[in-house]
Amino acid sequence: MSEKRNMIVNFGPSHPATHGVLRVILELDGETVVDAIPHMGHLHRGLEKLAEHKTYHQALPLTDRMDYTGALINNLGYSLAVEKLLDIEDDIPERAKVLRVLLCELQRIAAHLLWFSTHALDIGAMTVFFYAFRDRETIHDILEEATGARLTPSFIRPGGVAADINDKFIEKARAFIKSFPALMDEYELLLNKNKIWLKRTKNIGMMSAEECKKYAVTGPVLRAAGIKWDLRKAQPYCDYDTYDFEIPTGTIGDVWERYLVRMEEMRQSLRIVEQALDRLPPGPVMLDDFRYTPPPKEQVYNCIEGLIRHFKLMSSGYKAPEGDVYMSVEATKGELGYYLVSDGSEKPYRFRVRPPSLVNLAALKDMIVGRMVADVIAVIGSVDVVLGEIDR
Amino acid sequence: MVQLSQILEGLKGSVEGAVVSSETFRGQDVIRVEASTIVDVMTYLRDNCSFDMLTDLTAVDYLGREKRFEMVYILYSFEHNQRLHIKAELADGEKIATIEGVWKAANWLEREVYDLLGIHFEGHSDLRRILLWDGYEGHPLRKDFPLKGIPQKTTYR
Repeated sequence: MSEKRNMIVNFGPSHPATHGVLRVILELDGETVVDAIPHMGHLHRGLEKLAEHKTYHQALPLTDRMDYTGALINNLGYSLAVEKLLDIEDDIPERAKVLRVLLCELQRIAAHLLWFSTHALDIGAMTVFFYAFRDRETIHDILEEATGARLTPSFIRPGGVAADINDKFIEKARAFIKSFPALMDEYELLLNKNKIWLKRTKNIGMMSAEECKKYAVTGPVLRAAGIKWDLRKAQPYCDYDTYDFEIPTGTIGDVWERYLVRMEEMRQSLRIVEQALDRLPPGPVMLDDFRYTPPPKEQVYNCIEGLIRHFKLMSSGYKAPEGDVYMSVEATKGELGYYLVSDGSEKPYRFRVRPPSLVNLAALKDMIVGRMVADVIAVIGSVDVVLGEIDR
Repeated sequence: MVQLSQILEGLKGSVEGAVVSSETFRGQDVIRVEASTIVDVMTYLRDNCSFDMLTDLTAVDYLGREKRFEMVYILYSFEHNQRLHIKAELADGEKIATIEGVWKAANWLEREVYDLLGIHFEGHSDLRRILLWDGYEGHPLRKDFPLKGIPQKTTYR
């Protein structure tokens, strides 16, 4: 036993802290990480290939299944990309735009709560997990009221949203807006002065703004590094520029600041939800364009033209003009982009997703090399990856 | 916001024979370049036009064309809040240089293109499959790859 060797540890794919099925091969010198090689693909379903064989309408449900914690935002990104391709982005009804914002921001809070609870659980704060999951359920109840589904709504569609909301949704959402700030204080009471939490997160896994740009890291990780960049402000879609909200930033970009940034983002999202509820204009929720969108249900059931239009759109789809578009939205993890290539047929010739989790995870190695094994867990949690999106 | 014509002018002056054509579709600026000059083009755009982030890198398979593949690079400039698409055509089997040295983000994105479309990146530090397993035969996003897949000999490890 004279020769010193580094130890190789297979971290994951079924480790609770690897959030799904991420496998990281760690080379350890004692407790220090010397090298880290992430292995992905356990969840690869070939969504991009599948989408190339579906019409634009049929491809939508695939998008829910990427970042399933923020399904509505995935729907939105795809819908906006298709609308840009069809050149109907300026025709979307006002009410649909506001509903999109409303639902997406609720979804953002739910996704951040999921991140928050599991991240805290990884680091050992178990109580937080139960508190946050309880409130995430409330949001899912609200979303269910509007969309009919809890996890994979496929509700935001090219042209608008699938259906209008009801009074019960508004009532529930209003009640949530009232109760949530107190709940946020409760979470922060559990963690902000918690010695273990502070020790496990402060000055851990730093990444500078320059490095973030080189790795194309976006979202809360970039903002924690001090860059005030949020696509909702930088390249506004759905009239985000008319809402009043702040972009929280950090300074050094450690795990602690990523936590602070996301917590503040939840508060800001709540502000947007409130503003959206206040301004909700009357009117249709789906564009009425015989080329691309199905008619209102009354027409489908009561007149033959409506029935035919519905049938044609649902069965053979619509042809999109030739060309390619890239459209991105600020998802909960960063910039979620859709790159669609159309050859003039009903199906996307190429359907490419720019998954924020994958791009952000590429920077993981630089964040953890030279640190302790325990920090790996904190850093993976702080980057907030969803494997459904990475693997597609 | 830098005008496309300005970028083109600079690019033509600095990297000889790089620019093939350019277009604007739905407000997106696209420059088609010669694949062999890709590293110089990217370095120029990063250093002189402040495109400091490689947002996305992907490829499209146009089966049946003389040059089968088209690489697509989507760049972003924080300073000008502007996007730029760069495209380069590649024949089947033709290699393209990696731009890993220009932006680190290219590392994994190029691995993905290699994995799913089978395009080789010359000089890449770690060109392995990223989503599919080592030993997988075929590249699923190629248009001649069947949707139902090709049965693979699986060795359980």
